[in-house]
Amino acid sequence: MPTITIDGKRIEAAPGATVLEAALGAGIYIPHLCHMPELEPYGGCRLCVVEIEGARGMPAACTTVVSDGMVIRNDAPSINHVRRVTTELLIADHDADCLSCSANQRCELQRVAAYLGVDRRRFRPGTRRAEKDSSSKFFERDPGKCILCMRCVRTCHEVQGVGAIDIVSRGYDSRVAAFWDIPMAESDCESCGMCVDACPTGALRPKDEVLPPTDYVQTVCPYCGCGCGLVLGTRSGKIVQVRGDKANAASRGRFCVKGRFGLQFVHSYERLTFPLVRRSGTLERASWDEALSLVVRRLADIKEMYGPDAIAGIASAKCTNEENYLFQKFMRACIGTNSIDHCARLCHASTVTGLTMAFGSAAMTNSIAELESADCILVTGSNTTEAHPVIALRLKAAVTKHGADLIVADPRRIPLVEFARLHLRHRPGTDVMLFNAMMNVIVSEGLHDREFIARRTEGFADAWEIIRCCTPEDASAVTGVPAAEIYSAARLFARADRAAIVYSMGITQHTTGTDNVLALANLAMLTGNVGRESTGIYPLRGQNNVQGACDMGALPNVLPGYQRLDDPAVREKFSAAWGCSLPGEPGLTALEIFHAVEEGRIRGLYVMGENPALSDPNITRTRRALEKLEFLVVQDIFLTETAQYADVVLPGASFAEKDGTFTNTERRVQRVRRVLPTLGEAKEDMQIICEISNLMGYPMNYPGPDAVMNEIAHLTPIYGGVLYLRLNGTGLQWPCPDGTHPGTPYLHREEFTRGRGKFHPVAYREAAEQPDEEFPLLLSTGRMLHQFHTGTLTRKVAGLEALSFPGLVEVNPEDARELNIFDSEKVVVESRRGAVEVRALVTDRVPRGMIFMTFHFREAPANALTNDALDPIAKIPEFKVCAVRLRRV
Amino acid sequence: MIGAAMKRIVSIKELESLRERIRATRDPGRLRITICGDTGCRASGSIELAGALEKELTRRGLNNSVDLRISGCPGFCQKGPVMTVQPLRIFYRQVGRLDRQQDINDIIETTVIAREPVQRLLYEDPETGEKITDIKEIPLYRKQTRIVLKNTGEIDPDSIEEYIAADGYAALAKVLVTDPEEVIDWIKRSGLRGRGGAGFPTGLKWQFCREAKDRSMRYIICNADEGDPGAFMDRAVMEGDPQSVLEGMIIGAYAISRGICPAEGYIYVRAEYPMAVKTLRKAVEQARSYGFLGENILGTGFNFDIKVKEGAGAFVCGEETALMASIEGKRGMPRTRPPFPAQSGLWGKPTNINNVETWANVPRIINGGPDWYAAIGTEKSKGTKVFSLAGRIRNGGLIEVPMGTTLREIVFDIGGGVPGGKKIKAVQTGGPSGGCIPAELLDLPVDYERLAEAGSIMGSGGLIVMDEDTCMVDITRYFLEFTKSESCGKCNPCRLGIRQMHRILEDICAGRGKPGDIELLAELAGVIKKGSLCGLGQTAPNPVLTTIKYYRREYKEHILNGFCPAGRCQGLFRCEIDPALCKGCGICIKTCPAGAIAGEKKQAHVIDPEKCTGCGACYEKCTLHAVRKVRPTKIRSLETIQDSVPDSRLGLVR
Repeated sequence: MPTITIDGKRIEAAPGATVLEAALGAGIYIPHLCHMPELEPYGGCRLCVVEIEGARGMPAACTTVVSDGMVIRNDAPSINHVRRVTTELLIADHDADCLSCSANQRCELQRVAAYLGVDRRRFRPGTRRAEKDSSSKFFERDPGKCILCMRCVRTCHEVQGVGAIDIVSRGYDSRVAAFWDIPMAESDCESCGMCVDACPTGALRPKDEVLPPTDYVQTVCPYCGCGCGLVLGTRSGKIVQVRGDKANAASRGRFCVKGRFGLQFVHSYERLTFPLVRRSGTLERASWDEALSLVVRRLADIKEMYGPDAIAGIASAKCTNEENYLFQKFMRACIGTNSIDHCARLCHASTVTGLTMAFGSAAMTNSIAELESADCILVTGSNTTEAHPVIALRLKAAVTKHGADLIVADPRRIPLVEFARLHLRHRPGTDVMLFNAMMNVIVSEGLHDREFIARRTEGFADAWEIIRCCTPEDASAVTGVPAAEIYSAARLFARADRAAIVYSMGITQHTTGTDNVLALANLAMLTGNVGRESTGIYPLRGQNNVQGACDMGALPNVLPGYQRLDDPAVREKFSAAWGCSLPGEPGLTALEIFHAVEEGRIRGLYVMGENPALSDPNITRTRRALEKLEFLVVQDIFLTETAQYADVVLPGASFAEKDGTFTNTERRVQRVRRVLPTLGEAKEDMQIICEISNLMGYPMNYPGPDAVMNEIAHLTPIYGGVLYLRLNGTGLQWPCPDGTHPGTPYLHREEFTRGRGKFHPVAYREAAEQPDEEFPLLLSTGRMLHQFHTGTLTRKVAGLEALSFPGLVEVNPEDARELNIFDSEKVVVESRRGAVEVRALVTDRVPRGMIFMTFHFREAPANALTNDALDPIAKIPEFKVCAVRLRRV
Repeated sequence: MIGAAMKRIVSIKELESLRERIRATRDPGRLRITICGDTGCRASGSIELAGALEKELTRRGLNNSVDLRISGCPGFCQKGPVMTVQPLRIFYRQVGRLDRQQDINDIIETTVIAREPVQRLLYEDPETGEKITDIKEIPLYRKQTRIVLKNTGEIDPDSIEEYIAADGYAALAKVLVTDPEEVIDWIKRSGLRGRGGAGFPTGLKWQFCREAKDRSMRYIICNADEGDPGAFMDRAVMEGDPQSVLEGMIIGAYAISRGICPAEGYIYVRAEYPMAVKTLRKAVEQARSYGFLGENILGTGFNFDIKVKEGAGAFVCGEETALMASIEGKRGMPRTRPPFPAQSGLWGKPTNINNVETWANVPRIINGGPDWYAAIGTEKSKGTKVFSLAGRIRNGGLIEVPMGTTLREIVFDIGGGVPGGKKIKAVQTGGPSGGCIPAELLDLPVDYERLAEAGSIMGSGGLIVMDEDTCMVDITRYFLEFTKSESCGKCNPCRLGIRQMHRILEDICAGRGKPGDIELLAELAGVIKKGSLCGLGQTAPNPVLTTIKYYRREYKEHILNGFCPAGRCQGLFRCEIDPALCKGCGICIKTCPAGAIAGEKKQAHVIDPEKCTGCGACYEKCTLHAVRKVRPTKIRSLETIQDSVPDSRLGLVR
């Protein structure tokens, strides 16, 4: 450890640290404005200049690396003079009306000025042209307050990898602007707001932050599975500020537009504030007593008349672990059925089956942070920058900072392709063929990890029988990827010391979803990329707590912690703890529940915080089933498309109105904290479940969610050490078997969860529905950056809504020409199951023969078209491939 | 020409025999007419002149007995177009300026046919009126020592064979069979220092780069981003003798990378020099086809190639780290050093960067030997320096003198002094961020240290002479106008400080100066020098500091008395007519925009001081020098000098 002396005080500095970092670390203030720990040193503000014995002039502390024995002068009159004059220059040029500035009291320029003492009147005032840019939906830029520290620009380049803004012009005219000096709203800006957080003055200001908060609460973002930490600032019962939580291990203070600017849905006037009951066909306001007694009576009736298996429950990947635990406990212990599922069925069911078969555990093997130090990353079936923006930052950093090779295997030219070394544009549904061919190359060229295969795995010989036949040339014909690219990809991946695989719905939502996952697992094992840091498989979870909902056993075939229903010892443990007998037969999966409604086997349904009426494939069929139900109770915070079919609607609480835990995609259990009181008569979901259960005669009483977590920990080995007391820092990554276990950053270290990793021979199968003469195009669906899922939350946020045009279909220019379709023209997309009217977006983001739609918009529900054919093992529907045709209106 | 069918030269021996062959084909008695085709002469019609001359020669059937060619800049730009006729040792200036056809006819009849000089076109000594035939006898050339400019203006820059004939690539041949460390030692012993302005010892720089830890790549860069608007020595070398730059770079690449790793070269040349870009590109192409660049140079197994990269017009890109950022495709902004380019430069690899003049010195040093070179110049500054002489001087142009030559010798002996009988007031060296050296210090020997002691810099090598009509405050404002807009905007002291100084100077020049402004300027200048990130900001205050140091009185007159003693700053003086000199011609009456002058014809005129706005128009027009600039009658009272801060911008800082 180098020792340095600052103003006579000896301090220890980390090797490689800069003088500024060492000083700040030791509690010594050196004035600075352009320094930010997460950015590369810049040396532009010249306020941290110091004198160093033996060095010429005044080097900047932020760009000078410490060396042992360095003697530094900091708080000396001669140095402060230079700093003070620099500050005076800044202030002479600054539209400084501190009392009316939104940055007042948190402004770093104020701090520097206060430290140095400045005289404003000495210099001629500035003459800069300072027109505000208010074009962005979410923030405002006031160049009059800009000090050109470049923190916003550097954040946009270095952290976000977007580069929407830069410094333009020269000399005194230098200023921050978007390319071509166009307004922010027309630039490449993704509205993530990271620049706003980076700004040390009031030059960047969120539009909705009028008054500063009075209280701050650390919590977790309610959108995707990244699990970004948020610090919510509140005032008079409103969220008035959102900042990234720099202490959060998953996000380090970063977030995307949804987390930053998309939380105002909690204050939406459309929120449900009282229970509703259907009276003569319409939903009307009811008291809790009336609503709950109706629920209890109808559920009890159905159970009595048709047996417990006539009732099913759909839990929620948006609710907390505790609520999901109680929900499945209620369904199993009180109702007595295993027919409980949630939206994981629609997104990662094939991950669960596939990775469990291969590794013994279905969760993401490694941690998000490790991605940054991987040498090669294969991203397939994941539009990471739009669906998991904060994880995408790690991918970009891996490329730009670590020099990793990125391979994108995706039919669409997704934004991440900009960072990729290789883009394999395979035909949707031909993933197995592509990966088998890559493995064929790897083994043929002897690039596989023989030692790993022999020591840690089994079944390679069987898998090889299939793979050996999949030559890149054959695969090229099927996938449409040139053989040379398959060779390159295979070599890049196999030669990397640490290679990771990132995937998402593009892999799982197929009738061959399990096969796809198995093929990827084979690829990872073949190259020895499991059980080490920065390797492994990263199935990216789409909802904030979809991992947790699975962990909590909101699945028809397993109990909490993936403990098997068919294991009598497990059933006995839970029966004893819950004081009831447990059904041993696995229940129905999400889509099977609706199919069973058609057959009359399911008559009552309890939906908590999900929206199958829009999110299921072939929603026409789902909606028919919802209509047919004898009794439907929906518990939600908005009157969703599904809730409109309900007999009783119960108003729940949003993430901001309750305590609990979410488990993010990297198995990290994090605390969610109450920020606001519940709205109107709405209740916390946990309380609603408990009240129903109590009324139905199965007592469930918990003083708070921590007590629920204690019960979970007691019954679930992987959550054994997860206690609220331990979650105040960065959370815990399961498996965490006991109270002293530090959590597990990556799995399968010494051995796989199932012992040896198992290769599965997977042969290529075609998707269930292929384009034909009648329906010649192939439709795939996915997400966009500014919307989330069925839009229940995001569409309540005006800014997000303004950034996304509802109902676009991406069409390749050549297809458009053949079909005589012009950009922005109204078109009808038809499949065997339905038709949707949308507008055409002619773009080469999609290859020929393929069109693409998002599924967020009820006005243009893509899922009216999608195919509800299921993967035979995982029962996941094939959202990603169906045959359609396109015509002008 | 041999070049058309030229194969790659594959050995040093082959190079020597080629040189012999080229020389052998030359007839020493044959007439060679060389016309400068560089920017200055070109602007005054040298290309048209050459065309017309050739046409006339052809018409008279003389075209086969004369070699007519276009060269780079011989330096006497003020008298362009210039022409030399060899072997007659005749120098003509301003050829074709008055009557092109007459001049051509005279040259053909008198010089080409009769082999005699045309007296009319010879240079005339302004002092003695004597006609001078030989270029070497002209004062501008007599005191010069032309090492870097040896070939410039002599050879055809587009012909590599002329360069070879003039000992070109002999130095490279010598180096290629020498140990690289020894080559570095030669350069170190020669005492060569960076001609880009900072004067870092070149040999040491090479050694640092050679010894850098990263042993994967070396980049060799030629800084040809000559940003100082008043300097053009690098352009002249690139346009007049491009091969010498290439040869220097190849030698540098050999010394720095041979035996360690591959090397690659870049010439970063400003796009505002289209001729230099064109000439360099052609030179690189020729050098490549002759085997001086590319694989296996002269059969020695050494590989090196050069790319020519055009800049985008930023002065700051002459700063080495900004230059490298620009090559990498980024915005040209400097970064802090360390790490120095020798450790981590272009694309993060060890990089050696020298400017055009430095590189052009290298082959000369190798050919002449380090001791020969070290014998020229002063104790700490060896060799010669090329200056661009400009401003109020008779013989403006490009000159090369040994280090240590005094400013007086440069201005008077070489430059011919100040025209129009005016007194010299100051010499400004080093480009827009150099300092102004007063006439009292004219005996200052010019080298890196002495210039710095006087508050100026060697900088670009621009040298501007100012006479008594120059207002030092105004000229300082003018220099800052440039640096203010050329600051890259990265660091605050430079971006805001220079502009602040500029605004104060604007105020002073407009009569809005305030007591305390001089002190404020000096304080600001000190902070900008200390606080700025790169050389631009660190040197930009030099004009302010030197003019305050040497011309403080002039500042005070502006601020306290509202008077510009040089009569430059409009409104800060009043004109007065000397009745003894005025002949009453009436020109001033017609000229005066304020109608302030009255008087009868052939009677001395009078200016009404109440009406005179101090524009100086009458002063300029009066051929009899009867108009004088004097203090304005109304001394500005201090109360009228308002604080220029508008209330609306006064905020509170807490």
